Amino acid sequence: MLDVEDLSVSYGAVQALHGVTFQAREGTVTAVLGANGAGKTTLLRTVSGLVKRQSGNVSYGGVELTGLSVENIVRLGISHVPEGRGVIEELTIDENLRLGTLWQFGRQERRSVLDEIYELFPQLAQRKRRMASTLSGGERQMLAIGRALSSKPKLLLLDEPSLGLAPLVTAQIMALIQELARETRLTVVLVEQNVRSALSIAEEAVVINLGRVVIADTAASVAADTELRHLYLGF
Amino acid sequence: MSLFINLTLNGITNGMIFAAVALGLVFIWRATHIVNFSQGSMAMFTTYIAVTLLDRHINYWLVFAAALVAGLVMGGVIELVLIRPLRGEHALNPVIVTLGLFILLEGLAGSIFGVGNRSFPPAFSQAGLTFGHSTIAFSHFDVFILAAVVILMLGTLVLFRATNMGLRMRAAAFAPEVARLLGVRVGRILTLGWALAAVAGSLAGLLVAPTVSFSPNFMDLILVYAFTAAVVGGLDSPVGALVGGLVTGLSLSYVGGYLGSSLEPLGALAILMVVLSARPEGIFSRPAPRRV
Repeated sequence: MLDVEDLSVSYGAVQALHGVTFQAREGTVTAVLGANGAGKTTLLRTVSGLVKRQSGNVSYGGVELTGLSVENIVRLGISHVPEGRGVIEELTIDENLRLGTLWQFGRQERRSVLDEIYELFPQLAQRKRRMASTLSGGERQMLAIGRALSSKPKLLLLDEPSLGLAPLVTAQIMALIQELARETRLTVVLVEQNVRSALSIAEEAVVINLGRVVIADTAASVAADTELRHLYLGF
Repeated sequence: MSLFINLTLNGITNGMIFAAVALGLVFIWRATHIVNFSQGSMAMFTTYIAVTLLDRHINYWLVFAAALVAGLVMGGVIELVLIRPLRGEHALNPVIVTLGLFILLEGLAGSIFGVGNRSFPPAFSQAGLTFGHSTIAFSHFDVFILAAVVILMLGTLVLFRATNMGLRMRAAAFAPEVARLLGVRVGRILTLGWALAAVAGSLAGLLVAPTVSFSPNFMDLILVYAFTAAVVGGLDSPVGALVGGLVTGLSLSYVGGYLGSSLEPLGALAILMVVLSARPEGIFSRPAPRRV
């Protein structure tokens, strides 16, 4: 379980997060919602170790994450797909996927893990040796998720997976995320601007505004609260 | 005719040395996206270490190996102590540090080892090879240079294209943050990149030293020509470094032989201008995909 307690983060003079507290339980999808600039990306980057906190704690499965390096946090089973996907264009699809497996698996296991990913995303399998720069937005998203899954994580942090994607593709990705969480007991923290899609697959929801948690409740409650939706989520 | 042949052989030999230094530049560029202006000085320093050991009559090949190891250690330490603390803010900062290091190392070598000209014994005979009655301007030592650099280049190619370490290095250079999120220990990779590049430089120093009377700045002009070679070949291509080196070496040899040696630097400038106007990213560089 991911436990964020009273987390405060600032970039120099700008306070991005104030005392943020919430939990993400194992095997659930938690949607993190809010307007642009609310601090959602900062939250994920703090969990994965890219950004250092000023105060508060982040722990996963009882292990304190704050103070660990990014590479060591990854080795605890946490995988972060950053904003914009972070597909490495100068590498091929296969190389992008392999990269995620290097720290953990030997050659045999790596082969079978990659085969699993290719089974999940046949469009990627067809173009293994092509440069990642030749992929469309939706394909890049699949590559980014596939790459994050290639290390067999227990906690998956997704930063706006629907960004720039057609509605049909977004729906497919969301369905996939939901299925993965259910079948493999993967814990997912999903930052999204596409509130409807996110709430449709999430069990829990956290709404952030100007760096503070406005509400942390079940997704159903948040979806039903029309005043909240109007104030913070834009519909 | 024999002038042409001798100039060609001379050009190949020199070109190989430019290629060796250029390979170190390519290495650091591919692994860390930094241009290392101190590549020549680092090589000079390890060569001085070698000649100091040779003065104590230590076995030549042991000294050779020791110089390469010294390069490995030096490169790693420089990255950890000087380059790493400066990464992040402005991409130029580490590059400026390498310029400073260039000057520092030459001064240091001068004060530790003395500024006078020294000689360095070659690994193999420098007498021209004989075929029947004729002797060509290509010695056993030149064959050694050729072989050593080709092996170095092949090793670099294999490392980057076919190994997992090479994949990590490329990822760490292109997208260090994403690479970290995938569990790649980017810090260690950068240190390794510098260490290996320094080994390439050390090798080049050991190959050049027997052909000149060497002093703390013996690698300076070679560094300039190596940069020419690297830029011509494409700063991210090991094969480019080799071809660039050969092109530069041959061109300079012909210019020096037919037009006079004082025109050689002009020749290098001319090469740069011609290649960069036709193909700015270098002959063998992979063109970056254009966003449309």
